[in-house]
Amino acid sequence: MVTVTMTVNGRQVSKEVEDRRLLVDFLREDLGLTGTHVGCDTSQCGACVVHLDGKAVKSCTVLAAQADGGSVKTIEGLANGADLHPLQAAFKEHHGLQCGFCTPGMIMSGVDLIERHPDGLDEKTVRVELEGNICRCTGYHNIVKAILAAAEEMRGGMRQAAE
Amino acid sequence: MYPLSYRRASSVDEARRLFQEASDAAYLAGGHTLLPTMKQRLAVHDVLVDLTRIEAMRGISVSGDTLTIGGGMTHAEVSESSEVKGAISSLAAMVGSIGDAQVRHRGTIGGSIANNDPAADYPSAALALAATIKTDSREIAADDFFTALYETALEEGEIVTGVSFRIPETAGYAKFRNPASRYPMAGVFVAKHKDGSVRVGVTGAGMEGAFRWHEAEEALAGNFSGEALAGISLDPGMMMGDIHGSPEYRANLVAVMAGRALANLGSAEAII
Amino acid sequence: MTVEGIGARVARKEDKRFITGKGRYVDDMAVPGMKHAAFVRSPHAHARIGSINAEAAKGMPGVIAVLTGGEMAADGIGNLICGWMIHSKDGSPMNMGAWPALASETVRFVGQAVAVVIADTKGQARDAADAVEVAWEELPAVSDVTSALAEGAPQIHPEAAGNLIYDWEIGSKPEVDAAFQGAAHVCRIELTNNRLVPNAMEPRAALAQYDAADDHFTLWTTSQNPHTARLVLSAFYNVAPEHKLRVIAPDVGGGFGSKIYIYPEEIVCLWASKKTGEPVKWTGDRSEAFLTDAHGRDHVTVAEMAFDANNKILGFKIDTIANFGAYMSLFSSAVPTYLYATLLSGQYDIPLIHCNVRAVYTTTAPVDAYRGAGRPEATYVVERMMETAARELGVSPAELRRTNFIREFPHQTPVIMMYDAGDYDASLNAALAASDYDGFGARKAEAERRGKLRGIGISCYIEACGIAPSKAVGSLGAGVGLWESAEVRVNPVGTIEVLTGSHSHGQGHETTFAQLVASRLGVPLDNISIVHGDTDKVQFGMGTYGSRSGAVGMSAISKAIDKVEAKAKKLAAHLLEASEGDIEIADGEVRVAGTDKKLGWHEVCLAAYTAHNLPDGMEPGLKEGAFYDPTNFTFPAGAYVCEVEIDPDTGHTDIVSFVAADDFGRIINPLIVEGQVHGGIAQGIGQALLEGCVYDEGGQLITATFNDYAMPRAHDLPSFNVSTTETICPSNPLGIKGCGEAGAIGSPPAVMNAITDAIGNNDLSMPATPEKVWRALRAAGGGMREAAE
Repeated sequence: MVTVTMTVNGRQVSKEVEDRRLLVDFLREDLGLTGTHVGCDTSQCGACVVHLDGKAVKSCTVLAAQADGGSVKTIEGLANGADLHPLQAAFKEHHGLQCGFCTPGMIMSGVDLIERHPDGLDEKTVRVELEGNICRCTGYHNIVKAILAAAEEMRGGMRQAAE
Repeated sequence: MYPLSYRRASSVDEARRLFQEASDAAYLAGGHTLLPTMKQRLAVHDVLVDLTRIEAMRGISVSGDTLTIGGGMTHAEVSESSEVKGAISSLAAMVGSIGDAQVRHRGTIGGSIANNDPAADYPSAALALAATIKTDSREIAADDFFTALYETALEEGEIVTGVSFRIPETAGYAKFRNPASRYPMAGVFVAKHKDGSVRVGVTGAGMEGAFRWHEAEEALAGNFSGEALAGISLDPGMMMGDIHGSPEYRANLVAVMAGRALANLGSAEAII
Repeated sequence: MTVEGIGARVARKEDKRFITGKGRYVDDMAVPGMKHAAFVRSPHAHARIGSINAEAAKGMPGVIAVLTGGEMAADGIGNLICGWMIHSKDGSPMNMGAWPALASETVRFVGQAVAVVIADTKGQARDAADAVEVAWEELPAVSDVTSALAEGAPQIHPEAAGNLIYDWEIGSKPEVDAAFQGAAHVCRIELTNNRLVPNAMEPRAALAQYDAADDHFTLWTTSQNPHTARLVLSAFYNVAPEHKLRVIAPDVGGGFGSKIYIYPEEIVCLWASKKTGEPVKWTGDRSEAFLTDAHGRDHVTVAEMAFDANNKILGFKIDTIANFGAYMSLFSSAVPTYLYATLLSGQYDIPLIHCNVRAVYTTTAPVDAYRGAGRPEATYVVERMMETAARELGVSPAELRRTNFIREFPHQTPVIMMYDAGDYDASLNAALAASDYDGFGARKAEAERRGKLRGIGISCYIEACGIAPSKAVGSLGAGVGLWESAEVRVNPVGTIEVLTGSHSHGQGHETTFAQLVASRLGVPLDNISIVHGDTDKVQFGMGTYGSRSGAVGMSAISKAIDKVEAKAKKLAAHLLEASEGDIEIADGEVRVAGTDKKLGWHEVCLAAYTAHNLPDGMEPGLKEGAFYDPTNFTFPAGAYVCEVEIDPDTGHTDIVSFVAADDFGRIINPLIVEGQVHGGIAQGIGQALLEGCVYDEGGQLITATFNDYAMPRAHDLPSFNVSTTETICPSNPLGIKGCGEAGAIGSPPAVMNAITDAIGNNDLSMPATPEKVWRALRAAGGGMREAAE
């Protein structure tokens, strides 16, 4: 057993877990944050994507012990209280989800990719960057649309903030 | 995953010691090959020694004609590094095409090199860029390092602490991905060095893992362009085959990707 | 159309919980004291079980029980069933082999469960399952239908001699043969419809809880049809009596058919929860999904079509062999018969059709309905045939189709179906215009200059949805009726709950069903809740599959609304002292037409519940239920145009444009309909280009992870150009045809027609992987040089 301490969605947590505990199981089962999902066992589907120390990672391929001392943000921590993150709002507006299972990982990846491209995004870049997230429902069409729309809105927001 | 003990090392020496104390340890870097294999219970280790917090294995530097990257640097850090982009832009671009964004945030150069997956991208660059693999005890030329599928010249417990690449005059990379796994089915890194020599590293296709394509190197030494490759082909008998690509198809892909790499010098192209 | 009513492009009501991580899927559920199940599965495709030694496993940490098939049989748990009886052409019933939930004598596919471990944690259960020792006696495997039908093939079930489940036909072979005698041209094609793994992103899961005090079971499960699950678990598997079993299908992460069926794991969890006295949860991983979810498609077909001198179709002959895998899954028998052969007329006026179907056992995972179920296979045959024939006849593919389109409705096909409405010229014209079909030549020439090969392909599909008229399917062998039920509960304050037997696992029913209510009763969407997926709440229902929830599920709601509306009008007429016929309900008001006399909707509802002043004989309350049994199938149809660009050096296909023009009848919410089409097209393109489930000769699944089974990624697909044309469906009150499967049905032949057009070689099977395309190009003497000459 190993004791892990980390900040999850802004709150510090500390638990004793099996050494083999994966971060995703730690989040889902020990912390009850079931918004992060498991859709495969080969690190490909991306349903488990969270931000670890500000970067999108597949929480099914990180041991909880590896995240010790780190800061994790999950889908539950993305909205600012009742205010949805612009990408969450864009997924709803553009019908970027159907069954919703891949959605948390897709949104966490989308936020990461928008943040990594502050100068803006085009469709091709979004599609290439979504390599690590599989959706079986939407054909990606509206996911791509939602990410582009949110990226545009967030850039607008950033421009305003800079002015 | 079978039960295991997790140990975090803060120095290379500590990592060695933790490794040696265990009966069947493995080093954990990015973990994106090791952990999925262990999750599927295809590999068992009693101890995992985490190398990712070792400060000495971090950093990127350029000195003369050499680019050195710490073994613990992630693919994202390497691909976004201005030093790497400035020294060998095709290498930065190649690293930026490994796996997916989330994998690049975790996976490390040391882990990739040490694992020597026959479909990993890095070994082709290491061969083409005449890399030197630095370990906790010695330096090994890339030509001597990759010995067979998932096999390297590393001794039991030896750690890749860094990799030095020779900065070429120009270089390029092109790969054709496996449509399922998205690892290269054929990846070719071509480099023309400042001494006039040409090196061609091939990954994803060879039955014995990454290899140098000497015949292409000779042809390109006189004329560093796709035309020089006309009429040169690889023996399908040396190529891997699976449901995604037969040896004959892979041999074709290597030749085509070599041409694409030459047409995209300074960059990297990924098909699929 | 109101802002929120029928036809409005409303963002989904249910989205908020999914985008904030508050969706509740089965694996998210936990109950106090919950234990975990892990299954011991066969590593062999075909083997006898010598013995099972669980002693070591039973002693491992956290292990509560190791249970086997022998104990299940002793407890009287029944075998899995196939719910649709098909008779062979000689009149004999289908030959069904026994399928126990836990095998105790023989395993017949890799992954088949033989024992289950119940332990405190998931990890402990898995550790112990690995320690269960099974003495296997390997038997020969057979993975493909041709080998399974061959003389001397391994016998898989004693009940099915020669591995033949049935040899079925539709139509008269002598009559079709006679029609071929007078043909000016006969086109013949051989096709494989590749086996697919559904891969809903949420793996299957089950959580079973037995309450000994009340002798009551609760099962949370990943189901598209919880009521059918309860019925089958009770009536056939004897796990729990129907009135003491509550089945809940909460948020479900995609189904595509694969979650229609009741699987061994659900039966085992329920049984084990009583046996151990502990709540038992099982969550499959992706590898288990690959090994044990019902797969789709897997046909081998030879087809011939006869044309007269004017290119009119004279007759159509089809011979198909369908791989059923190792066991007959719940709907399997109906898929290559009544969901396939009945659609072989496509959009065309074909006087005579004969189709023969042999269903065959192999030592592979069971095969059943997957998005489209039979209809994609039929469309693939018809539309590859039309394109191929056009090339052979030297006419344009669009022209050959137009020459043979059905233009008068209703139209009786020679294969049971009576098409009720459609306009196939309209959708083809729309698709050709949207794809700039006429400009293709210039684009092809431009691509050639860049060293690329361009091709364009059309597919005009039809499907039968609105499944299904109960009497009709009963006469064809179905074990159940395929109606739907609904209940509309109006609360005293005027808010509304709609209880439906449909189940949403991505389709957006919480929004579209509410839009119907909003349109009819003038209540805002926020005041309407849709309740589904719980057998304790909803009385009964047949669930969601076959694009039936709009046409059938909403029709049931519409019928219930009719009754609510009638009662509300009667009450309002009484309260307003007006004539019932003059009352209208709209915008939250109940008005006397042409006057200013009115009541708020909530006032009428409250009056119904206070019951202080009701008309003579009226019962208090405002709640009505209805069952709707369709009068006919519905017939969505459309035209798809795919344009591809191929790299001759690598054989890589890039889909540069994909156009869909669909006729779904009346559309409730275009945003959701477009999403359904996008997803369907992606799965169809996946089938055509990427996805192929491969077993080796020994019956090992080669494509058992996403590393070997190629799932479509964002970068594999273009943005889609989708639009609709509309002919109202006359067979249901809402005019809806259904939209859930169209994309997966219509797209594979469009892609394959485009690729074969580009490379000049028609001999290419799905998935058209880069290597296959590269080889087909070389076999055609192709490559850029030849193409340019």
